[in-house]
Amino acid sequence: MSTPENSVPELPSSTKLISTLALVAMISGLLVVSIYEYTKPIIAENQRLATERAIFKVLPQAVSRLTFVVKNKNLVLADDKTEGDLIYAGYDKNKQFVGVALNAAAQGYQDTVKILYSYQPNTGCITGFDVLKSTETPGFGTKITTDKAFLANFNCLEAKVNSEQTQLLNAINTTRHGSKQHPWQIDAISGSTITSNAIGRMLNQSGQRLHPIVMQNLTRLQQGTANDTD
Amino acid sequence: MTPTKQSTPISFDVFTAGLWKENPVFVMMLGLCPVLAVTNSVLNSLAMGIASIFVLVCSNALVSALRHFIPKQVRITTYIIIIATFVTLVDYTIQAISLDLYNKLGAFIQLIVVNCLILGRAEAYASKNTVMKSIVSALGMGLGFTLALVMLGGVRELLGAGQLLGYQIFSTQFEPWVVMILPPGGFIVLGSWLLLINYVQQRKIGKLIAMESASHCAVKT
Repeated sequence: MSTPENSVPELPSSTKLISTLALVAMISGLLVVSIYEYTKPIIAENQRLATERAIFKVLPQAVSRLTFVVKNKNLVLADDKTEGDLIYAGYDKNKQFVGVALNAAAQGYQDTVKILYSYQPNTGCITGFDVLKSTETPGFGTKITTDKAFLANFNCLEAKVNSEQTQLLNAINTTRHGSKQHPWQIDAISGSTITSNAIGRMLNQSGQRLHPIVMQNLTRLQQGTANDTD
Repeated sequence: MTPTKQSTPISFDVFTAGLWKENPVFVMMLGLCPVLAVTNSVLNSLAMGIASIFVLVCSNALVSALRHFIPKQVRITTYIIIIATFVTLVDYTIQAISLDLYNKLGAFIQLIVVNCLILGRAEAYASKNTVMKSIVSALGMGLGFTLALVMLGGVRELLGAGQLLGYQIFSTQFEPWVVMILPPGGFIVLGSWLLLINYVQQRKIGKLIAMESASHCAVKT
C-alpha cells in the first residue's frame, strides 16, 4: 500500500530547473541578438529616410541640407546619428540658405507627440511642421495635420528672438478656438484642444531654447557649404 | 515534465477549429485587448494578425519541441521567455519594414507577449501535442484571430473613415462616423458581430432540432 509520502510527486532538482531556464534564455538571447544585429542598419536607414523626408517637406525650397549639433551655444557640423539638439539647415539649388528645420516634442493626449518644424530666421516665422511620431486619437488629435484653419496658423507663426538674442520676443501659446489675437498665438482646433496645446507648448519650448542659438549662428548657417543629400 | 497526449494523426479539423468553430475572438473571447485597440483600420488589423500568427506558430513549435525537457515548475516562465523572444523578433522586423506601421501599432506589438491567446495555446495545446500538430493548430488559431481582426477593422474603417485599405469607398457626401474608429466603436462593432454570429448559429441549431423532431414524428407515424 502506498503511503501519503509516496504519492507526492518527486520534485526535480534545482540544478535541473536552473539549467532549463538557462538553456531557454540562451536560445532566446541568441535569437534576439541575431535579429537586432541584422535589422539595426536597416532601422537606422529607415529613420534617416524618415527624417530626410520630413526636412524636405517642411523646407520645400531646399534641395540639400547640413546637420548641425548645438555645443555650448555654437553649431558644430554633425550627422544624423549625433546625439543632442540637432539643427538641419536647408539650401536651395543655388546653395542659398532657405531656413532651418528643428525638432520639438511635448506630451499629447495619449503619448508624446514629436514634430519637425521649419523656422525662417530672416522673417522670424515658423512656416510649417511635419509629425514624426504621434499616437493621438484618430479623427481628433490627428486633425493637426489636416485641419485647414489650424494649418493656416503656420503661414507665418511669429517666433522672433529678442534684441539680446536670449529668448523669444513673445512666448508662443495656444488660444481657444476663434480667440487668436496675435501672430504668435495658435488658434486651437475645437475638439482637439489637448493636441493643439501640445503643439503650442513644444514650439515655445523649442523656440525659447533653439531660436536664439540659430540667430547667434546665422552667419555660420548661411555660409554652410551644402552637401548633396541623395 | 508535461504529460503528452497519445499521438493521433493530424486531421483537417485541427486546422479549421481555430478558424471558426473555436475562433479565439468570436467564440473563446481571447486576446480582446489588441482586438479592440488596433482594429481601427484593415491595415493595422492585418499587421497585428500576421504578427500574432508568427508569434503563435513559432512559440507553439518551440514549446512543443521542448515539452519533454521543460519541468512543470518552470513551464510558465519558460513559455513567457519563448513568447517574448518571438515578439522581439517581430518588433524589430516591423521597424525594419515600415516605421510608419510600427508607429501606428504603438505598444500593441510588445503587448503580444501578454496576449492570453498565445500563452493559452502554449499551455493547453503545444505542451501536450507534437510539433506538427501544434504548428497546424497555431496556424488555424492565428488565421482565425486575423480573420476576426479584419472583420472588425473592415467595418470600423468603412464606417469611421469611409475607406477600405486607404481607398475611398463612400463619396465625399458621406459624413464619417468618427466614433467607429474610437475605442467605443471597437466595443460596438465587436458586440454587433457577436450578436450576428450567435443569431445565425442559434437559427442553425433551431433548424437542426426542428428537422430532427420532424424525422422522429415521421418514424412514429
